[in-house]
Amino acid sequence: MKRVASSLMMAALLSLPAAGRAADKISDGVVKIGVLTDMTGFYSDLSGPGSVLAVKMAVHDFGGKVLGKPIEVISADHQNKADIASTIARKWFDEDKVDVIMDLPNSGTAFAVMPVAAEKKKLTILSTAATTSITGDKCTAYNIHYTYNNWMLANGTGREVVKSGGNTWFFITADYVFGKSLEEDTANVVKAAGGKVLGYARHPQNSSDFSSYLLQAQASGAKVIGMANAGGDTINTIKQAKEFGITPKQTLAGLLVFISDIHSLGLETAKGMYLTTSFYWDYDDQTRAWSKKFQNHPDNAKKAMPTMTQAGLYSATMHYLQAIKAVGTDQAEPVIARMKAVPVNDFFARHGVIGPDGLHRHDAFLVQVKSPAESKYPWDYYKIIKKIPAAEAFPSVAAQGCPLAVKK
Amino acid sequence: MQALFGQLLVGLINGSFYALLSLGLSIIFGLVNVVNFAHGAMYMTGAFFAWIGLSSLGIGYWPSLLLSPLAVGLLGVAVERTMLRRLYQLDNLYGLLFTFGLTLIVEGLFHHQYGNSGNSFPVPEALQGGSNLGFMYLPRYRAWVVLVSVAVCFASWFVIERTKLGAYLRAGTENPKLLQAFGVNVPLMMTLTFGFGVALAGFAGVMAAPIYQVTPSMGSGLIIVVFAVVVIGGMGSILGSIVTGIGLGLVEGLTKYLYPQAASTVVFAIMAVVLLIRPAGLFGREK
Amino acid sequence: MSTPDGVQESRAAWRLGIITPRRKRIFFGLLVVLGLVLPYLVYPVFLMNVLCMALFASAFNLLLGYTGLLSFGHAAFLGTAGYVTGWLLRSVGLPVELGVLAGTAVATVLGWAIGALAIRRSGIYFAMITLGFAQMIYFLAVQLPFTGGEDGLQGIPQGKALGFVPLHNPYALYYFVFAIFALGFAVIYRTIHSPFGHVLRSIRENEARALSLGYDVERYKLVAFVISAGLAGLAGSTKALVLQFVTLTDVHWHKSGEVVLMTLLGGMGTVMGPSVGALLVVAMENYLTGFGDWVTVIVGTVFVAGVLAFRRGIVGEALHLARNFPF
Repeated sequence: MKRVASSLMMAALLSLPAAGRAADKISDGVVKIGVLTDMTGFYSDLSGPGSVLAVKMAVHDFGGKVLGKPIEVISADHQNKADIASTIARKWFDEDKVDVIMDLPNSGTAFAVMPVAAEKKKLTILSTAATTSITGDKCTAYNIHYTYNNWMLANGTGREVVKSGGNTWFFITADYVFGKSLEEDTANVVKAAGGKVLGYARHPQNSSDFSSYLLQAQASGAKVIGMANAGGDTINTIKQAKEFGITPKQTLAGLLVFISDIHSLGLETAKGMYLTTSFYWDYDDQTRAWSKKFQNHPDNAKKAMPTMTQAGLYSATMHYLQAIKAVGTDQAEPVIARMKAVPVNDFFARHGVIGPDGLHRHDAFLVQVKSPAESKYPWDYYKIIKKIPAAEAFPSVAAQGCPLAVKK
Repeated sequence: MQALFGQLLVGLINGSFYALLSLGLSIIFGLVNVVNFAHGAMYMTGAFFAWIGLSSLGIGYWPSLLLSPLAVGLLGVAVERTMLRRLYQLDNLYGLLFTFGLTLIVEGLFHHQYGNSGNSFPVPEALQGGSNLGFMYLPRYRAWVVLVSVAVCFASWFVIERTKLGAYLRAGTENPKLLQAFGVNVPLMMTLTFGFGVALAGFAGVMAAPIYQVTPSMGSGLIIVVFAVVVIGGMGSILGSIVTGIGLGLVEGLTKYLYPQAASTVVFAIMAVVLLIRPAGLFGREK
Repeated sequence: MSTPDGVQESRAAWRLGIITPRRKRIFFGLLVVLGLVLPYLVYPVFLMNVLCMALFASAFNLLLGYTGLLSFGHAAFLGTAGYVTGWLLRSVGLPVELGVLAGTAVATVLGWAIGALAIRRSGIYFAMITLGFAQMIYFLAVQLPFTGGEDGLQGIPQGKALGFVPLHNPYALYYFVFAIFALGFAVIYRTIHSPFGHVLRSIRENEARALSLGYDVERYKLVAFVISAGLAGLAGSTKALVLQFVTLTDVHWHKSGEVVLMTLLGGMGTVMGPSVGALLVVAMENYLTGFGDWVTVIVGTVFVAGVLAFRRGIVGEALHLARNFPF
């Protein structure tokens, strides 16, 4: 019976009394940012600890306080599991008084957390999740999709590659919703630009061997092989394409490739590949200054340059805190209204505007991976082929069709 | 038709990896009676040792082919001596559960140290390039993988089934007490067998390093398939696991040609069917 | 299985009078009271998660702890029931109770189909066959359109229990889940302590002997498998209702491994063990997230330590201690 008594006491100790006063301008006297990300899995190098660092840097640079109240950053690992993500999100909102949840790599976790946040009237700011329907038919009034989406990736790479002569395509697609939607988005763009899609091969997620899919791609005779997959799958596809002598005869088009992937592959393997990114560290003085600060930060153990999602999170955090400062409260509705009303222009986002559907539209870049000979210094990886203006880089509000934004 | 031949050849290449891994698993199960869930983690460790050797110590592919499996084997010996051997008296489910936990630890540690996006290991210079077979382009390294795997597999089979040392090993599984009475150091033999089994996994890891990215999770995707291979071949049957490994690689290649989405599942369907028709596996003997 | 574990310990505890009917009644009475009060002390969603996994692990324990069959594919039942319930509630609009019942029913039928084939083998082969079937279910979950593939089946409405209790209120939902857990737990408890349960244990101890005594061993095993699968399904359906989505995680073999961990950690073959194990594992998953990638290492270490040193599990060890220091 002692056990019961002691576990009762444990329980009492564990649950801290929550005293919230709605009258406060800053709820609970603190602005709490929760970074919910993949700390250990497939996306941990491109988001993960680097995402947390980016948010912390932004809070530090903002001064650590807003409206005289402290800003706190907490983080957790959702392990790419939607159930864990949603459980943590609920707990954060209910118990830990978190005001905004950021990042959310992998669309599955994003779709699990977005409705929770909407129900609790709290913000989500997504950076790493990619699926276009996040601000389409599945949009919520409390969500901002900040860094990129499938449409941007498909459009930038698809159209430009067709224009430069790559008019026949074969897709190697991860066999799940993200991959299929990326393939579909890109195929539409390719066809619209006058190109032809010759076929596709679908592989289970996290495959290690791509040789058989590459053989199909080779047999199709397509000029371009579009890789509608992510993370380790993309890396292995690229590596094995080189091994089987497919590149450089056929060109690879990376649909979701991060600078961390290029770093891991090495230029010799990845050279010549086209991809679309919303951020490149070596674009101008502003991006270089911030990125070097990020790279040399003592908490950046691997001394890696920031990926676009990490840079995006810094920018998003700044924009969020400025909105709180401007409206004088951290309540979600006025803050999100302000974030949508004020354009974003900083080292990350150029001509950035957050639409009524929550999609942040800003300039993007089509880049090509340099060859080892062209690369002059560490992390000198991309040639910028073209800057894609915001209006072309992202779908219009009407095209997104978010019910909240369209009906008015 | 071209595509079919290509897929079958790719299947053969994958099959030789399955054979190499399932062989080690089978030896361990047959002689030590442990279902080694950590086999995938040992394969990953082998690949990582090779990569660490190259990037920090300047040890190339060829020395690594020997050194890395040796290191993995020593690791296996240490685990066996300090922990695993206490479980021999128990139901072999405990061995499975122990090695499952071990897998989590090993993968977690590598992950903590080296992250997850993977590291590249270059193909050794002598094996770069390839030749055009008409229906497909065969990288020289892949051909090397098939040859070496088959050679290592059959050498192991020969040692166990056809030599005196092998006879001791087999006797040890049948009746360890009797063998001990003949003056053979059975516990030492079991230790060495376990070490050899995981060393084979480490060897497969080094072979795989230039093909796949070296990542902490590279083994966990493979281990379940290799389990299925061993079960289909007949647990503990050396020849069975070699033949089944290569055979299933081919079946997978065929599936990829006919219905690619099912490629990762076909092995399990075959496993369930085989176990229902021939419960001891294709080459196994019912004990 | 001749290892010292929970079953022996709980039997010894009965024999030595550490567990008496009176003590047992008081214990369960206190447990119910605790269950009713707890949501006001601890975060309810966390508790509901624990209850679902506790039911899952207890159902699994019926098979591993009391029948001696290690299924390495129990996630198939958890996930299938979750998907069925989720789809029925969201796309067909069935009332909550019917949705949960239907999910459970489908898992039960699936359990019968897989069980009938799998129980023909035992030991490590049994584990492998169940794993094989579970992988096929996983394949279906990836391929069939209604599951939502990698994104999962999202947005399951919670609706109203009995037509008027709004379940989106966390407290109402908690009591609904608690009632389901209590019901499922009672079924398991009755099964274990019935003559049927005694036959199961005798099969576990010595299958040949049970056979020679004239018991239809295969049928007993099958019934145990079906009950276990059905209750795992009930846990899955309830989980779908609590979290409002079902994803591939619920049918992945990691989940099948996790339930083994819970059962082993808490004490297989003990009534309370799996629930204690579930509490610990869910708590580790939720509260250790700050440790980042060390979580895997910690969980692995717990696993290894459990197998090497605490094979009786927490509850089994506690009973063992009580045997030496009767109070």
